[in-house]
Amino acid sequence: MKIVVTVKLVPDPNSEKKIDPNTKRLVRTGVETVLNPYDEYALEAALQLKERAGGDATVTVFTMGPEALKETLRKALAMGADEAVMLADAALEGSDVSATSYAMAQALKKTGFDLLIVGGLTDDGSTGAVPGALAEYLGVPCITNARKAEVTGGALQVERETDSGYQTVRGPLPALLTTALTFGEPRYASLKGIMGAKKKPIAILTLSDLGLDRPVGTDGSKTQLVNFAPPPVRGKGKTIEVADATAGAHAIFDFLKEKKLV
Amino acid sequence: MKTLGVDAVDFLDVGALLSDEERIVRDTVRAFVRDRVLPNVAEWFEDGTLPRALGKQLGELGLLGMHLRGYGCAGASAVAYGIACMELEAGDAGVRSFASVQGSLAMYAIYRWGDDGQKEAWLPRMSAGDAIGCFGLTEPDFGSNPAGMRTYARRDGADWVLNGTKMWITNGSIADVAIVWANTDDDAHGRASAAEAQDVRKAAGIRGFIVPTNSKGFVANDVHRKLSLRASITSELVLQDCRVPPDAVLPNARGLAGPLACLNEARFGIIWGAMGAARACYETALDYAKTRVQFDRPIGGFQITQQKLVNMLLELNKGTLLALHLGRKKDAGQLRPSQVSFGKLNNVREALAIAREARTILGANGVTLEYPVIRHMNNLESVLTYEGTSEMHTLIVGKEITGLDAFT
Ligand SMILES: Cc1cc2nc3c(=O)[nH]c(=O)nc-3n(C[C@H](O)[C@H](O)[C@H](O)COP(=O)(O)OP(=O)(O)OC[C@H]3O[C@@H](n4cnc5c(N)ncnc54)[C@H](O)[C@@H]3O)c2cc1C
Ligand SMILES: Cc1cc2nc3c(=O)[nH]c(=O)nc-3n(C[C@H](O)[C@H](O)[C@H](O)COP(=O)(O)OP(=O)(O)OC[C@H]3O[C@@H](n4cnc5c(N)ncnc54)[C@H](O)[C@@H]3O)c2cc1C
Repeated sequence: MKIVVTVKLVPDPNSEKKIDPNTKRLVRTGVETVLNPYDEYALEAALQLKERAGGDATVTVFTMGPEALKETLRKALAMGADEAVMLADAALEGSDVSATSYAMAQALKKTGFDLLIVGGLTDDGSTGAVPGALAEYLGVPCITNARKAEVTGGALQVERETDSGYQTVRGPLPALLTTALTFGEPRYASLKGIMGAKKKPIAILTLSDLGLDRPVGTDGSKTQLVNFAPPPVRGKGKTIEVADATAGAHAIFDFLKEKKLV
Repeated sequence: MKTLGVDAVDFLDVGALLSDEERIVRDTVRAFVRDRVLPNVAEWFEDGTLPRALGKQLGELGLLGMHLRGYGCAGASAVAYGIACMELEAGDAGVRSFASVQGSLAMYAIYRWGDDGQKEAWLPRMSAGDAIGCFGLTEPDFGSNPAGMRTYARRDGADWVLNGTKMWITNGSIADVAIVWANTDDDAHGRASAAEAQDVRKAAGIRGFIVPTNSKGFVANDVHRKLSLRASITSELVLQDCRVPPDAVLPNARGLAGPLACLNEARFGIIWGAMGAARACYETALDYAKTRVQFDRPIGGFQITQQKLVNMLLELNKGTLLALHLGRKKDAGQLRPSQVSFGKLNNVREALAIAREARTILGANGVTLEYPVIRHMNNLESVLTYEGTSEMHTLIVGKEITGLDAFT
């Protein structure tokens, strides 16, 4: 079974984000790049499924991004992925969801997969639209928000998490799965994994390897980022002076009750 | 902490001098410390304990004996090992000490001086954290001067019988195996270096023994009422007619060179670890200074506070660069023991100064376990003393530059 996990390389979520006013793109210089946090959960799911399947199951991580960030993928290899594939091409710059998903789908057709596991959301673009678009371009079933998954008899059985409870969904392979954060905390890379990661292959694909029949990048994008603004600065919190701890507890309870939180 | 442009902690961008692999080690151990150590360590410190389960977790991460090759160990570089020590000690020196004693003292002793059978028997279990080790060199009456040790191993037929007391032994009562250094009547054939020849009269007979802690005649009693390194077990080891088989002796260690080679490994880790503790103190103080308001402005806006923070930043970055420099030399096989002394002396001294300065910035909050600063500050007092006191390292460097021995 070949499991492929998509992993976006994003600016460190702990650092201050800036958008270049001219290009309207995220500034990625001077900031460390990391694996998109949701995608670490997707990778954890893939590694668990591989361990359970045993035998010849493999995990490939796939990313689309600038080649200069290639080494960031080592962390995924250190966590236990077997190999990495990167789609890197200057002509991809400025791709929106539609162009991104189209280009990724063509590359994923080339690498092939039985199960494609995709994170639910990125920390930078945060559209959450890539998984659905990918499934369409690939023509495979799309099962989202999984907290548990099992591969049996060539089919994928998934326990989905929803606001009102859990659903069990079954679909044939190849299929696309997105993971909920309840699937399991991403594992730490082990020292041996880290040492072994440098020997694992990272293959680079460019657009000329794919033979696309429509433009990608800025030209191939249907949407345009026209304006952006930081969120409004949060106002000063409300301060209540109280006589003692009991009065304080009552004040907090009343506040929560007023907001219908209790 | 990172804002675009400069980093208020890694001001010199020392991180950029690390390889991608080294950065993954840093980020992984940092995440482990953030998730598993920091939420609990104040409690461990207050209770004077370190959960044994942490050993297993460190083993699963591959941090125990990570710089050794084979026998289940990762074979990482000295720099990677140093980085791990730095991140662990940014959590707590007790956790770092656990890893140092296990990997650099107990496992290294077997790795460096043991035979294949001994390595196979112990190293895989120890690297996994399934067996815990301790290292017994110091005695109640012999600390800085271990050459005078009284613990004695007598041959009895093919067996060895050990008698003596070891003091201040990290992990002592939770250990499955103790590396015990003892005097014997063996002569000094096979001693390693000329420097060692000086100690020949007293110390030539010193040999190392692998003593399972369930051996008859072995007892470990914990040291209580410590005010430093509380998240670490410290014990006294009492050996009373403790009989071990012939294959318990480390065949290749003779004289003080045996334990000293191990101490040299652990001291190297401390050069990094101390800067981890210092970093945690500095980060806490910086954050506090930016948010604590007095006289209607953040205390970080006062010149005196800024000077304190900047002085801390200077020594933190210089000490980190020093650690990296010594690590690169170690990986190149060019690091001399006296250079390790240079590093330990400087970095522990400066870490302690940073911790004390950070404490002042936190005012009264600086004396509670709600913040990590006084915990690190107290821990560093042990770090200053163990693995060779600052005075001993001064004398080692002093001897190197003058050619004159001022120890006795
Ligand atoms: C501030 C900002 C706003 C934007 N707004 C829009 C917009 O409104 N409409 C629009 O079409 N585009 C927008 N974009 C562009 C968009 O972010 C990119 O096209 C991006 O590649 C796709 O979307 P996402 O990051 O939102 O991914 P999401 O859909 O949030 O990601 C879901 C999952 O898809 C996978 N994935 C996504 N991108 C990659 C990748 N490059 N490599 C590997 N896996 C990946 C990951 O597994 C991820 O967890 C915006 C970009 C920025 C920086
Ligand atoms: C928490 C903790 C954990 C420890 N863990 C271990 C362990 O796992 N294994 C182990 O073997 N040991 C361990 N030790 C012991 C430690 O290594 C010794 O405490 C250290 O070597 C100093 O010995 P001492 O305490 O006997 O001090 P002493 O040697 O008595 O020194 C007292 C003072 O005199 C100074 N002094 C001594 N000789 C001279 C001289 N010639 N010139 C100038 N000044 C001198 C010293 O520098 C020091 O300031 C640990 C100690 C602590 C506190």
